[in-house]
This record gives sequence, structure tokens and C-alpha cells, in this order.
Amino acid sequence: MKLSRNTLFFFIGSAIFYALVKIMQFNGILTPYWQLVLDQALIIVIGALGLSIIYGFTGQFSLGHAAFYGIGAYTAGALDKVYGNGNMLFFFLSLLIGALVAGLVAFLIGLPILRLRSDYLGIATLGFGIIVRVGMENGNKLFPVLGGATGMSGTPQLAQFDLIFILALIIILLVRNFIFSTYGRACISIREDEIAADVMGIDTTRYKILAFVLGCALAGLAGGIYAHRYPFLHPASFDFLKSFDFLLIVVLGGLGSMTGTIITAIGWVFLLEVLRVVLGQDFIDWRGVIYALILVVSIIVRPQGLFSGKEFRLLVPEQLKMATGKERTYAGFGN
Amino acid sequence: MEHFLEQVLNGFQLGLMYALIALGYTMVYGVVQLINFAHGDVFMVGAFLGYFGFAVWGLPLPLAILLAMASCALLGVVIERIAYRPLRYAPKIAALISAIGVSLFLEYFSSLKFVFGPNYRVVPRPFPEIQWKIAGLTVTNIQVIVFVVVLIMLILLQILIYRTKTGMAMRTVAVDHNAARLMGVNVDTTISITFAIGSAFAALGGVLYAIAYPQIHPFMGIMPGLKAFTAAVLGGIGIIPGAVLGALIMGQVETLTSAYISSQMRDAIAFAILILVLLFRPTGLLGRTETEKV
Amino acid sequence: MPRKVWTALIVALLSMTLIITGCGNQGNTSSGEKVIKVGFIAPLTGDVKTFGESAQKGFDLALEQAGYKAGDFKIEPVKADDRNDATEAVNVATKLITQDGVKAIVGSLTSLTTIPISKFANDNKVVLITGTATSPKVTVDDGKRKEYVFRACFIDPTQGTVAAKFALEELKLKTAAILYDQGNDYTIGLANNFKEAFTAGGGKILAMEAYAKNDTDFSAVLTNIAEKNPDILYLPDYYQKVSLIGKQARGKGIKAVFIGGDGWDSTDLDYKTMEGGYFTNHYSAQDPRPEVQNWVKQYKEKYGQEPDAFATLTYDATRLLLNAIETANSDDPAKIKEALQKTKDFSIVSGEKVSFDENGNPIKPVTILKIEGGKQKYVTAIKPN
Repeated sequence: MKLSRNTLFFFIGSAIFYALVKIMQFNGILTPYWQLVLDQALIIVIGALGLSIIYGFTGQFSLGHAAFYGIGAYTAGALDKVYGNGNMLFFFLSLLIGALVAGLVAFLIGLPILRLRSDYLGIATLGFGIIVRVGMENGNKLFPVLGGATGMSGTPQLAQFDLIFILALIIILLVRNFIFSTYGRACISIREDEIAADVMGIDTTRYKILAFVLGCALAGLAGGIYAHRYPFLHPASFDFLKSFDFLLIVVLGGLGSMTGTIITAIGWVFLLEVLRVVLGQDFIDWRGVIYALILVVSIIVRPQGLFSGKEFRLLVPEQLKMATGKERTYAGFGN
Repeated sequence: MEHFLEQVLNGFQLGLMYALIALGYTMVYGVVQLINFAHGDVFMVGAFLGYFGFAVWGLPLPLAILLAMASCALLGVVIERIAYRPLRYAPKIAALISAIGVSLFLEYFSSLKFVFGPNYRVVPRPFPEIQWKIAGLTVTNIQVIVFVVVLIMLILLQILIYRTKTGMAMRTVAVDHNAARLMGVNVDTTISITFAIGSAFAALGGVLYAIAYPQIHPFMGIMPGLKAFTAAVLGGIGIIPGAVLGALIMGQVETLTSAYISSQMRDAIAFAILILVLLFRPTGLLGRTETEKV
Repeated sequence: MPRKVWTALIVALLSMTLIITGCGNQGNTSSGEKVIKVGFIAPLTGDVKTFGESAQKGFDLALEQAGYKAGDFKIEPVKADDRNDATEAVNVATKLITQDGVKAIVGSLTSLTTIPISKFANDNKVVLITGTATSPKVTVDDGKRKEYVFRACFIDPTQGTVAAKFALEELKLKTAAILYDQGNDYTIGLANNFKEAFTAGGGKILAMEAYAKNDTDFSAVLTNIAEKNPDILYLPDYYQKVSLIGKQARGKGIKAVFIGGDGWDSTDLDYKTMEGGYFTNHYSAQDPRPEVQNWVKQYKEKYGQEPDAFATLTYDATRLLLNAIETANSDDPAKIKEALQKTKDFSIVSGEKVSFDENGNPIKPVTILKIEGGKQKYVTAIKPN
């Protein structure tokens, strides 16, 4: 398999980052607390990339992303708790099943609702999110292990930084390859102008569903990892407010940009925790206020998001060259 | 049978409450195509101001309501000016994110001790509750008041939008900002007026809500805001009568589901029905299917 | 703005983050003085901020009364907010334990945040005592006791069972309807246990209806309940919810006796509406014991209002912890844990002579209070078996 130059650099860059983290861990600069925050950030990166595919690249306004995050978390967590016995192979299997179940549910719900237009699709996905939440609260009537509103504890905590990091890398590569393939281009064309894409012979329904299922499966995977890093799952962690969090990240990072999503996801998680440290005990109250202000100011200052439509060169698999030999930055973002 | 009618009345009251909020939501959307997530929180501010008015400062109720409405109208204009106007010509999603930010800001700022504080406050009834028995059902004066207010709001809005110059300005701005400007419409003022009226209605809704369900709290606006937004979409977002229709239907669906199917699964079933309706009427019940010109 | 400027800004932000995290690690100044850091976790922002702040007041007052000392040690509080979110709770617990080096934690408020942090605390051998989290899962995980975890309140089964028994045996009422919040494990726990005990004792549950956390309109379920005309309406939620429901229930013509749990304990409860109701609680404000009277008096002096259950229980939890630290006179969490487990006949506000059972739950009688004449009136105390 011939690795393009950029992919090679990507691996080298990741290896350097990994080494940096390990050094900081060793030195004690990176305490278990910040390690946990970093892990959380990487989990959110995977989930946010999912929404990026659905909304940033395909233009489908989904407000139910957290529901799939939750489906993956509960599925993977319950399976591993009941059948896993700490077996690493089973851990990966449960992650896979969690993602698949999330994808399957996305497929079933997507078929009918993806034909809805923007704001209405948002409401439909929001409604679906609420349905899933009610399901989680009452799930213990069918499967007592799920815990219902008392929550589910005891998920084996098998996910560590090394694992999470490698999984995140794999997912980033996967998403990159998807976006820069014909599938990805089809999705982008749907975002830009669905009718034109249809006219050009692209099966819009097929690609819309593909993007939705893939994105939700990624959310499910992120949820599965979350269940193995945090010891307790509760329906309140997966409500529509959490879906807003994912949406914020994707929009602030810039629609149509993987780099933007990744960096904003990491930045957002760290921002919340840094605010906690910076504000200290006396101003605990103000954390939410300042967060909200930062949100409003950021979007006003940069409405198209941080990296709208642009990517780090390292993430673009090959240089897109125009006939004149000059490079072209990637296609812009949609409305 | 008697209880069925009572449940229908329950659903009607609930629906009217949602309508109070949904009207403002849909009006703003109709003019600026913005889902103003902060609407539910302006509703909350209105409820608090009304409470301070008649319960703390001892103002007569109509004065308290006017105070709440005027202050929230001002608040709405300020929010629009600071958080939405800079994004007017940016992608719609940016304004939505800003709205989420404003919503969070209002909630967290209000829960600070020197503002409203995080406590749940009990709202004393500014007038005694009177009950009438009609056809075996109990109807309270509060229910009647809310009904009358929603009706008046609906009629006023229709008159405003279709019979006044301001309304005409709003309609033109809704279609095309630049063409409106060319025709001599002051777009900025028109949008500010829209927000002022929408916010004033939200405040009115807040005060009535606080009287009917006598408890206020900085985070009280999230759920009603969400449900009202859903109702507005259900009826066709941007369409005034649609908001009322959607709200009434949501109220009925929630109540009847809770009463006859399962109170635990209420929200799930209500939203499932919503999704079903959208599948058959993708632009809402009264929504127009817009032909997209290619 | 040009891309390079943005890149530079982001790099600057990231480096700032690293610097801050580096600084954050220099928490432990060794000063030769013997200091024990005690963490406090509660929802200090978010929609249950009001309960978290009550808890904080109880915590602060307990430390103040002890002069910030226990035994030979100075007590240094480290407070953190979990926003009533399970993820944040774990993050914050990790920070307090691994970074700030706390030896014990008081917190959190609800079971949904306390269950994950109790596991973390236990795994890291840090003592945790919660004032108000009532789920049995807090101290016992899948049948195994978390040795370092304790609580100062009843567990859900206790209150629900006692309420049912009281209703059947003392009030001699035979039928009941239950209305609970399906997203709140506290109400679910009480509701389920009440139902079990009531049915086991020969009573009949006519209706068990649920509402959602943010609901304010209960007319649909109340109409249903009114139809069945039960003797009792069991409302095991917090005071502000219960006041709202009670009013609407009476408005629907429900004549049942209201019964509830310790969530009712607050001066903000609508006494007029809840007149004639009973609730299970930890103590009665009229109890002449000096602990109780002093507590109410000092709280009023410092904060200008009467304490609610959240403040009282957190105060008690803190005092239990301080007592254990004093007894052990060590900053070794293992020794503190031993001392805490061996607590015997220690008097706290919410219990006269308290000791812990093998699950870290306090053994204390349940007080039944009645709302009469706009006040809480002591009825009886029941020792749960």
C-alpha cells in the first residue's frame, strides 16, 4: 500500500503528539485529571466528526446526535458489563456492536425522516432524541441492567489513553478518506445544492442516508468508548442539551472542515475545564456565564467558524492541483 | 365520559400555555428566519419581572404586566442588536448558535445571587382563583383569562401583520431585505420592532404562566421554550395561526397520551406523533410547500 | 483574518492551557503545618444550584464551627462544581483527588453524580461521605461494599417502606396513588419501595403515574388519580415540585392525604396547600435536643433563613467526617475510614445517636412529621428494621 506523502506526515505528526503526551505524563505535568480531560476530548472528537459528516459535509441539520452517542454507550457498556469479563477482545467487539446498533437505528429512523427540509429535520431529530431519552429512563423495565433513571454503573473501565488515541487516529483517517472519496464529494454536492446534485445523477437519498448512518455510527462508537472510560451512565448525560454541544463544536469549528471539528472539539472540552481552574472557588458561579459569553463572541467574530472549509495540509490526502499546476484550497462551506 | 371532557380541557389549557410562547417564536421566525432559542429565557425574565412587580413591589397587576412587557421588549431589542444583527448576513446556523449562547447566558446570569438567584420562588396569586362548574367540568378564571389573552394576541398579530404599515414592512423584510430597503423600508427598525413585539408577548406569556403554575426559576424557560418551538414547527413555522394550532394539538396529544396511554411514555409518544405528522406534512400542518426555483 | 494569525492564536491558546495545567499542579505547598484538604462537590451552577448552595452552606457552617480544625490538623476546604452532570462529577473528583490531594470528600448532592465519584474515591482510597444521595448503589456496587464511602441520609428503601407502614398501621388508610418524577432516581426509589411495602402490608395501589422533571402541568395525571379517589397520594419529590402538585391536586378535587419524604423539608414548602400531610424526615425542628436548636439558630444567624434538608444533611455529613478525622488524628484516609465506620452514638442534627451499618448507611430512626397549622409538627419516630 503506497502511503501518500501527506499521510506519512500525518502519522509522524501523531507519533510526535503521542510522545509529547507520554513525556508530559511521565514528568507529572499531565496529571490524571488533565489526562481524563484529554481522553474526554478525544472521545468528543470522534462524536463530533460524526456530526461533521452529517451536517458539516452533507448539510443535514441533526439535533439528535447525543441520542446515538447514548445508544452506543448503553449498548457497548451493557454488553461488556454482562458478558465481557474484562476480556479486551470482547471490549472491542462491544464497541463495534455499539456503533453498529447506533448505525442501524440511524438507518431505520433516517429512511423516513431524511427527506425533511432543514429546520424540520432538526425538529424530527430532536424529537427522536427525546424518544431515546425516555427509552433510556424506562429501559430498565425490559433490561434491568440498564438501570433506567437510576443509571447504569459497573461498565468495565477498559479504555485508556493509548487505546482512545489510536482509535481516534483511525477514525480521523477513516473520515478523511471518506470525505476525499467519491462518496464524500457526493455528500458535499448534496450540501451545496441538492437539486443540482440530483440533476447530475447523484442518488441523493442513498448518500444522505449513508452520511447519516456513518455519522451516527461514529457517535455510537464515541459513546461506547465513553462508557468504558467513565464508570456511570445516566440518561441525563445524553439529552438534547448534549446534542447542542456537538452542534456548537461543528459550527464553531467551521462547517466542511475536519480540522476545524477536531481542534474545536479538543478546545471546547479544555475550555470548560480551564474556566473551572482559572475562575477558582470564589467565582464558580460565573463559569456558565463566561462560557456563554465566549460562545456568543466567538460566533459573532467568526461566523463561518474557525476553519470553514479549510484543512490542515496534512489531512488532505493529496494536493489538489489545478491545470495551471497551482494548488487549490479545498471547497468552501455551504449555507 | 365526563373525565374525557375534563382531560380535553386539561389539554386545551396546556396547549394555550404553549401558544403564548409559540406565537412570539413563530412571529420572529417569520420575519428573520431565526429560531430564537433565547425566546424561552425572555419568557423567564418576563415571569420574574412580573413577579417582582406584583409580589415584591406591590404594583397593581396590570402595571406589573406592562412593566414586564416593556422591559422584555427592550431586552429583546438589545439582544437582537448585540447578538443577532452582526450575523444577519452570515449563514443562518451562526445566528442559531448565537441564540443558544444568549439563552445560556440569560439562564446562568439570572441564577447568580445578585440577579434573580437560583431559588425556586413561589408566586402568590395576585387575584383569587374562582371556579365555575359548567357541564360537570371545573373551569377556573385563570384558564378563561389565558384563553382570552391568546385569542387577543392572535387577533392583534394578524391585524398588525396584515393591516398595518409596520406589518407590511415586516412582510417585505421577510421576503427580501434588499428589495425592502430599496422600497424605503428601514430594515433595522422593522426587525427591532419585530423582536420587541415578540419579546413583549413572551413576557406576557411568562407572567400568565407564573400565575397559573405559581413557581418561577431561572431555568424554567427551557422546556416550555422547546415545546413551544416544536408546536410552532408542527403548525408550520412562520405562520401565526399555525403556532396556535400546533400548540393546541401538542397540548392535547401530551395530555391524552398521559391520561389514557402511559404517563411514563408521554414525551416519547408525543414526539413520535410529531414526527409522523411531519412525515405527512413536511412543512407543518399549515405550512406552504415552497417551490424552490432552480 | 489571515490563516496564519488564526494558527498563531490557537497555538497561543493551547500553550496557555499547558502553562495553566502546569501551574495547577503546584497545589501542595508544604508548610510544615499539618493540613488535611477536604473536598466538597455539589451542583453549584445549573438548574439545581439552589440545592447545591444549601448543601454548601451546611458544609461551610460545619467547618466554621469546628474552627477549620480537627484533631491536630488544619482543615482546608477545596470546593468544586459538578453542574449535576455525571461526566463533570468524575472530572472534578479526579481533579480533587489526583491534583489537589484531598484526603476526603463531602458530596455530591444527587445519586447520579455521587455514584460515579464514590467509585472513583473508593478506588483511590479517599473517604467520601454524602449528605443527600439516597440510592443504595452509592455505597454498595453490585453487591460489594465500597469501604470508603458513607452517607448521612436514609437510603431510598428506608423512607418508602416506613411511610407505607405508617400509612397502613397508624393512619389506617388502605388505598394509595403514587405520583413520581421518572427522571429522578430519588423519587423512583421512594415510590417503588412505598409501593412494595404498601402492597405487602395489604394496601392497594390504585395508580402509579409519572411526570417529567420540568413539568409544571399535572392536570392529566391528576384527573386520572382523582377518578380513582385514593385515600393517600404519595408525593416523594422535592418541596418545590410537591407544592405545585399539591395545589393542582386539590384543585382537581383530590381529597387524599398527602404523604412524602425528606425532600419536603424546607420552609419554602407551601404549608397551606400541604396542610394535613405527613412526611418522613430525619429530625424535627421542635426537637429540644441542643444539636437541633443550635443548628437552626446558628444557620438563621449566619444566613438569614431556616435550613432545609440539604443544608442539614450536608452539615451532619461534614461533622461526622470531622469527628472521624479527630478520632483518628491522622491524615491517612484508611485510618479516617476506620474511625468513620466505627462511629458510635455520635449526635448529629438528623439523628440522636448515630452509628453506621455495614453498608455505610447511618442507623437512625425515621421521624414522621405532620403539616399542621402552617408548621411542621412532630408525630412519631420509627426505627426501621
